[in-house]
Amino acid sequence: MRIRRLVGIVLAFAVGWGAAARAQSPASMAQYLAGFEKKTTVKVLPNGLTLIVCERPEAPVFSYYTLVDAGSADDPQGASGLAHMFEHMAFKGTDQIGTTDYPAEKVALAKVEIAYADYDAEFRKLVGQDPARLAELKKVFEDAQAAAEKYVVPNQFAELAEQNGAVDLNASTEEDSTQFFWSMPENRLELWAYMESGRIAHPVEREFYKERDVVQEERRMRIDSNPIGAMVEQFLATAYVAHPYGRSGVGWESEISQVNATEAEAFHKKYYVPANIVIAVVGDIKAADAIPMLTKYFGPIPAGPKPEPMTTIEPAQFAEKSVTIREAAQPFYLEGYHRPDYRDPDDSVYNAISDILSNGRTARLYKSLVRDQKIAADSEGFSGFPGQKYPGLFAFYAVPVPGHTPDEMRDAIHKEIDKLKTSDVTDQELEMFKTRARAGLLRGLADNEGLAQQLAEYQTRYGDWRELFRELDRIDKVTKGDVRRVASKVFVESNRTTTSIIFTPPAQPAVEDAGGAE
Amino acid sequence: MNMISTKFTTRFKTRTALAAAACMLVFAMQFAQAQTAPAAKSDASPAQAEPWTAIPIPPLHAFKPQQPKRIELSNGLVLFLQEDHELPFIDGSILIRGGSRDEPAAKTGLVSLYGEAWRTSGTATTSGDALDTELAQKAASIETGGGGATTSVDWGSFKQDFDTVFGEAVDLLLHPAFKPDKLALAQRGMFTSISRRNDEPDSIAGRESAKLVYGKDSPLARQAEYATVAAVTLDDLKAWHDRTVVPNGIIVSVEGDFDSAAMEAKLRKVFEPMSRGEAIPPLKADFPGPPPGVYFADKEDVNQSTVEILGLGTERSNPDYYALSVMNEVFSGGFGSRVVQYVRTKLGLAYDVGGSYGADYDHPGVFRSEVGTKSVTTVAATNAVLEEIGRLKTVPPTPAELRKAKDQVMNSFIFRYDTPEKTLNEQVVLAFYGYPPDFLEKYKDGVERVTSADVSRVANKYIDVSKLAILVVGNKAEIKPPLSSLGKVTDLDITIPPPPGKPAR
Repeated sequence: MRIRRLVGIVLAFAVGWGAAARAQSPASMAQYLAGFEKKTTVKVLPNGLTLIVCERPEAPVFSYYTLVDAGSADDPQGASGLAHMFEHMAFKGTDQIGTTDYPAEKVALAKVEIAYADYDAEFRKLVGQDPARLAELKKVFEDAQAAAEKYVVPNQFAELAEQNGAVDLNASTEEDSTQFFWSMPENRLELWAYMESGRIAHPVEREFYKERDVVQEERRMRIDSNPIGAMVEQFLATAYVAHPYGRSGVGWESEISQVNATEAEAFHKKYYVPANIVIAVVGDIKAADAIPMLTKYFGPIPAGPKPEPMTTIEPAQFAEKSVTIREAAQPFYLEGYHRPDYRDPDDSVYNAISDILSNGRTARLYKSLVRDQKIAADSEGFSGFPGQKYPGLFAFYAVPVPGHTPDEMRDAIHKEIDKLKTSDVTDQELEMFKTRARAGLLRGLADNEGLAQQLAEYQTRYGDWRELFRELDRIDKVTKGDVRRVASKVFVESNRTTTSIIFTPPAQPAVEDAGGAE
Repeated sequence: MNMISTKFTTRFKTRTALAAAACMLVFAMQFAQAQTAPAAKSDASPAQAEPWTAIPIPPLHAFKPQQPKRIELSNGLVLFLQEDHELPFIDGSILIRGGSRDEPAAKTGLVSLYGEAWRTSGTATTSGDALDTELAQKAASIETGGGGATTSVDWGSFKQDFDTVFGEAVDLLLHPAFKPDKLALAQRGMFTSISRRNDEPDSIAGRESAKLVYGKDSPLARQAEYATVAAVTLDDLKAWHDRTVVPNGIIVSVEGDFDSAAMEAKLRKVFEPMSRGEAIPPLKADFPGPPPGVYFADKEDVNQSTVEILGLGTERSNPDYYALSVMNEVFSGGFGSRVVQYVRTKLGLAYDVGGSYGADYDHPGVFRSEVGTKSVTTVAATNAVLEEIGRLKTVPPTPAELRKAKDQVMNSFIFRYDTPEKTLNEQVVLAFYGYPPDFLEKYKDGVERVTSADVSRVANKYIDVSKLAILVVGNKAEIKPPLSSLGKVTDLDITIPPPPGKPAR
């Protein structure tokens, strides 16, 4: 137990931990940028993969962050959850790691796919499904899996990393992107390069169907058995009519229970091309030594075309929508408004609004709903949900204290929104936002993991990691008029989707059902 | 940090019961801090060559973690100073002995309320609200908190603001002004937490497991209720403060861009005049362990069971701690560990599965194994985990398993002290619990010496499956076969007692 950290976690919840740091002038931030330019090297390999190496020799360790510019929003129609499923599969190893005999395993895995396709075809028949044949095909499928499993060295990939001192090893799938990361002692840099390039170039979809079961457990845990998870899924499905941001990221149950390894391979082929990947490595490494070695491993990954940009753009909303969930769960209120994507010239204005409404105990929503009106335990407004690459939502939520209702939360939030439209924010509020933005950036520079993530993200989104620092210039230019203008434009009724959970006691055991069909 | 997210991950982060209880609203989307390691199958020598074995692993760059400077004042207060000049910040912490385990049972929740109302009330001269603004303008922070064994004041700022911000933090320590509206604010927050504590299965399991292992009235497990929170008064907060804020119960640690000699002088000036008092004594409690059996909490709106298999763990001062740590790695230390290999990878029964023979600094930890599985496989998954627990006794780690478990600990050891802040925190925690400052190095040596026979010995000495309790939070109607196939089932009443004077809902 690390006491300070534990307390920190608790407080982070309570007040939104405004990390300390003072107004560095923009000029001194330029010095930090200059310092980073000396330590940071970007290399785009001939196959299109972007490598960023940042030297930070504070301790003999490094952290890496691989960002694949494809996420749940890229799930094919009918296969929601596939991007996330593939993320799990990226821990199953390669043609060299995790197998006792890859050529034989490859043949066996091909048989699994054929057997599954046969089973699936029977399973999906709307008319004339033959239970006996289905059982028979299921048996063939299970036998094929067992035959393929004989070649598997289970979990060898992650085990190899962990045995070599990898920590914080994980991956995550968001709507916009999929990321892989861990930290290791610096003397394992080459081993890492071997492993990471291997799973990007030659992943093997072994044990796919068992991992599919694991992922369904993840869905049950995060969505089905979690009132807020279930609420968020319904909220997004309602807010979006066309864009995939409205689909379940972990996958609708019917779809995630039916995706197959062939689809996962196709997803990999299309989206895990070098041109779609940025990898940042930060720590005790020298770019001059590391780049040639990294090129040796990542250079041979076969090139492919960068996936074509998505055609779907969410049509403008023209009517307010709402979802009411009546369950034996405690009340909650959530609403959202469509906003443009992160490239919008007003992007920093949204950041300002979110900071002024939500950051710490000086934030308006806290002061109004929590401290003064005493109706909520927590309330925030935040931007870029569920993603920022495509037009996302600016969302607000409030957690009522006992005895108060979602409707009261809505009214109180709307009052705060109206204030943004009808009167200017104060100079002091705007200044605090700008100061905290600079401080927050600076605080993040002393952390290999966080830095690797930031460098990879800014390089992906802007084509230049320096935007991490330059963004502060846009933040500095935000005016009171901008806040009022943007609030008036976006926070309008016809652009709104609301969700409430209204506590409803569980129904008494239904007597009338007794004796009925089960 | 907000609670809404749509991120999905490969690994699951095991909750810390305390954090979960303290902040039920956080929608946990963080990731795994490893628990879990490798298994039997991979011991078979693969027919395929292992090309990675040819990759050179040069010696690690020389590195000597910088230890903080320790100073003990004549009044018993301990200072730790850790210089770190990478960025122009200075952060500090005042850690005070005494926490929720030392509060009266009838006022459970007192220390949480204290931890919040202390800072929000402010000082005799600066109100909490004024402090909020003052600090926000500097992007600085001062926060107070109440935990299980401690309370604290943490502060952080740009180095040029140190004198001001530290001054306010000290003012808060020496001249707090507990105010009724801020106590009420903190109480509302706790009432909200109480009202929501049955919304998520994890939070139910976290609470109920502590009550099973330590006893429902134990200072380590009892839970705040509407009545105990409502019973806390301003005088209680003041009395708590006066009782605990004594220099011989305080550790102050500072980290950042400063000169140690100058910092020491500043701190001495502030803390030396404090006069000794009676510090909170060490925890005294009985630890009988859980009553064996199956315990069930029904939650009809879930489709997955949260299962915890529970026993009493040990203390870190136990000489068998090293062997138990290796046992934990073999059992559940990573993707390759036995329970992950079997229950998640081989059987596909769970996303979240793991466990460890827990060790705390000053009291026995919890021996906890957990699994989350769909309702219909509740019994199967529970049995699978029990089977792996049993195998720890009957199947000693193979040489390959032992090597992997130890490699994992040794090769990642650097991450226990790769930042000045980690080194500092380690020393603070060791000093707080009276452990020797070289505990970490001893741990490394100890783990290195552990043999397969040691693991087998401790497994047989400490694990008694007949003494374990099984806790299930799930949907009774869906659990088939029923839990009775695991043993005698006791239904847990998780109904939230209504506030005094209000009927149950």
